[in-house]
Amino acid sequence: MINLKYYFKGLFSIKGINSPALALGASFIAIGALLKNLGFTIQESIFSTFLTYALPGSLVMAESMLIGASIINIFLAVWLVNARLYPMTVSLMPLLMHKNQPKWKYYFSCHFIAVSAWLIMKSNYKEIKKEHRIDFWMGIGTATWSVAIFSTMLGYFAANFLNKDMMIGLAIVNPIYFMCMMIGAMKTLQVTISIILGAILGPLFYFLSPEWCILYGGFLAGTIAFFIGEQNDK
Amino acid sequence: MTSNIVLIIFITSLATYLSRFLGVVSSEKIKENSKLFKWFNCLAYSTLAALIARIIFFPSGALSETDYLIRFIVIFISILIFYFTKKNLVYPTILSAIMLSLLNSFLG
Repeated sequence: MINLKYYFKGLFSIKGINSPALALGASFIAIGALLKNLGFTIQESIFSTFLTYALPGSLVMAESMLIGASIINIFLAVWLVNARLYPMTVSLMPLLMHKNQPKWKYYFSCHFIAVSAWLIMKSNYKEIKKEHRIDFWMGIGTATWSVAIFSTMLGYFAANFLNKDMMIGLAIVNPIYFMCMMIGAMKTLQVTISIILGAILGPLFYFLSPEWCILYGGFLAGTIAFFIGEQNDK
Repeated sequence: MTSNIVLIIFITSLATYLSRFLGVVSSEKIKENSKLFKWFNCLAYSTLAALIARIIFFPSGALSETDYLIRFIVIFISILIFYFTKKNLVYPTILSAIMLSLLNSFLG
């Protein structure tokens, strides 16, 4: 069913010096503390990370609850902020699909798609034969997901010991880690332009629409980068 | 309240899984060598970059309590550390947290 050799290879790929465990841990510790302050029980906090496992979505959920938003509004706000998972899934799954693998693996393991696991897989997939990539991916996913759940628990219990300055320190870890990882991923012209333009246009579109800026900015930046890359390939 | 929280957790996870699920459905028809795949690859990287830049420029929560200038100094130094340590990810990450906490408590 699952090739354990590749599964464990993926599972242990988060060990090592460039592990995302630290950044992922720091941000989910912050989430755990935040959920406790919102009145969640420990079970609800764990359940939240277990089921959602996407940081911006959990933050939006927390903010929406603070202002007393309706269920429909929470759904829309979370969907909007996590819509980036769609292009992330479409740009990953075709690399993992193989006719010898059952479909349930793909529909189950897409739950693990989040920035950290996605970036690790994107930079390592070529080293794994296509047939085994999905098992490797499930290993990475299990590892990053477990770190997130464990850190949520840790943050929940540590909430009373975390002062404002420590929370601020925890909050910067995630964007810095992913910013550096993205800079490290700039290996082709298309990806480089996508990242630089996205980082410029995303904040610029904020002035037009704070809710839609990520999607508008990302869509325009990615499309321009695609055409520039295609022109230069010829 | 508690049942309300559980409902909100379900709604949040459903709204999140939806994009992942539809992504797999679309992936079944997209070949990895196609232009469509390349386009989505660009969109994924650009959307991520837009998200990270938005968090840095227009943060919510704890980060929004820090000064713009302090945040940009920390980001600039972190990128320098990243390059000086031959693209090590751990040093800039840990140091950024320490720098921001200290700068914010002394200057903020």
